[in-house]
Amino acid sequence: MHGRKILLGLIGIGIFLLVWHLVTLGNGRTDVPGPWLTLTGLIELATGGLLWRYIIASVFRVMWGFTLAVVVGVPVGLAIGWSRWFRELVNPLVQGLRPISPIAWLPIAVLVFGGVTWWEPSDLSAIFLIFLASIFPIITAATSAVEGIDVKYLRVATNFEVSGFTVLFQVILPAAMPQILTGLRLALGIAWVVLVAAEMLGVQSGLGFQINDSRNNLRYDLVVAAMVVISIIGMFLDGVMARIENTALSRRGTAKR
Amino acid sequence: MIVETPKIEFRDIELCFTAEDGAKVQVLDSVNLNVREGEFVCIVGPSGCGKSTLLNIACGFLKPSRGQVLIDEVPVDQPNRRRVFIFQDNSVFPWLTVSQNIGFGLADQSPQEKDEIIRRYVEMIGLTGFEHAYPRELSGGMKQRVEIARALASGPDVLFMDEPLGALDWLTRLKMRADLVEIWRQEKKTILFVTHDVEESVQLADRVVVLSDRPAQIRAVVDVDLPRPRNLDDPEYLRIRDEIFELMGLDHHGIEAAKV
Repeated sequence: MHGRKILLGLIGIGIFLLVWHLVTLGNGRTDVPGPWLTLTGLIELATGGLLWRYIIASVFRVMWGFTLAVVVGVPVGLAIGWSRWFRELVNPLVQGLRPISPIAWLPIAVLVFGGVTWWEPSDLSAIFLIFLASIFPIITAATSAVEGIDVKYLRVATNFEVSGFTVLFQVILPAAMPQILTGLRLALGIAWVVLVAAEMLGVQSGLGFQINDSRNNLRYDLVVAAMVVISIIGMFLDGVMARIENTALSRRGTAKR
Repeated sequence: MIVETPKIEFRDIELCFTAEDGAKVQVLDSVNLNVREGEFVCIVGPSGCGKSTLLNIACGFLKPSRGQVLIDEVPVDQPNRRRVFIFQDNSVFPWLTVSQNIGFGLADQSPQEKDEIIRRYVEMIGLTGFEHAYPRELSGGMKQRVEIARALASGPDVLFMDEPLGALDWLTRLKMRADLVEIWRQEKKTILFVTHDVEESVQLADRVVVLSDRPAQIRAVVDVDLPRPRNLDDPEYLRIRDEIFELMGLDHHGIEAAKV
């Protein structure tokens, strides 16, 4: 069963590579590159030394933006789900900001953080965009997680006269955790997707910068090579989140595996 | 003559709510009932008649439209841990271990006292060795025992049980009934127990309260003056059971059907 799954996956990728190879047959580096040119580009990037710096720069920005979004988004989401007046106060604002693409904030972010001297300004604007991209799915997940808590658990807490932080940490958070974790995983995926766009302007490092820089040098083999790297790291990050999700949930017997 | 004050007193309880289409629905209609301290009272009635609603009002989860419930002569306003509600669809926290669940309501005790209480109730429900197990590792019957232990650990004097055995298989249910009577004898709690199972009520209760269809009124209160453990072939047991069946509007045909 497991073997068949892997085999079919490889066949799927194989067909894609073949079609890719055929439609790009005879193309050079300044045109859409084929798989082989991409592979040599990948090797060139990996041996050039810059790739690792760029990967670290990108992951660093995503982690900061994402972590900030978790720190702000989870409490805000819980509060919206829990308190009616807080929901009425904050929800229209949240719903109003949500449809604005994080990329649309780019000029404002560069303007605001451009004058910063205590940190790399371009890092801050990228982190800000990642933060914006991931906070809304996190808020939404935390809100609906709280709203979805089975009322019987809350009644047990009322019945035993347990309140305040004890309810928060022993009932509300654990009850909401599965859905929050799913939301975090989703948010990290979005953050990674937005990263590349965030790094296309005003930064001098990172995988998004690599793509932009290669294009300016008409090295499309390196553009696609960077895309492959983005894919691999994205899958890795998602795998880590899935692992965390599963470990946290397995004791409850609700693991998705 | 000494007049005993009732442990729980239902005074003229009425409950109405407005349905989504604006129609007024009356669930309970002037329910009056006294329950003595240490008594085991079962409430039976047709499904959907408002048995659980009555229990929720007694515990303080719901407010009646009219009338009030008094416990120890004090009107019930909010739930508290002197009287604990036990849910039909187990409400043991899946993210806490057996010990943590049982200790959930123990906030005032010192850690040593808490451990001692937990140990005692783990032993009582026969789950020694499962202290650190999570609920998913337990059977339905074991989980319901944990719920009962959690309720008892906080030292209440009243237990409200809302079809606590309803979700269990037949054999487990039979065993749990016997255990429940044993626990009740040891712990001397006042128990108000809702069930739709007439047999169950006659096996457990000192008195069985029979409710009518909606809006529910008390149709009759039947004394079950039989020694425990109860012999299910005892003609007196069978007579009381059939009497309740008849009170619930089941003719002899219905009785036969319900026995199956």
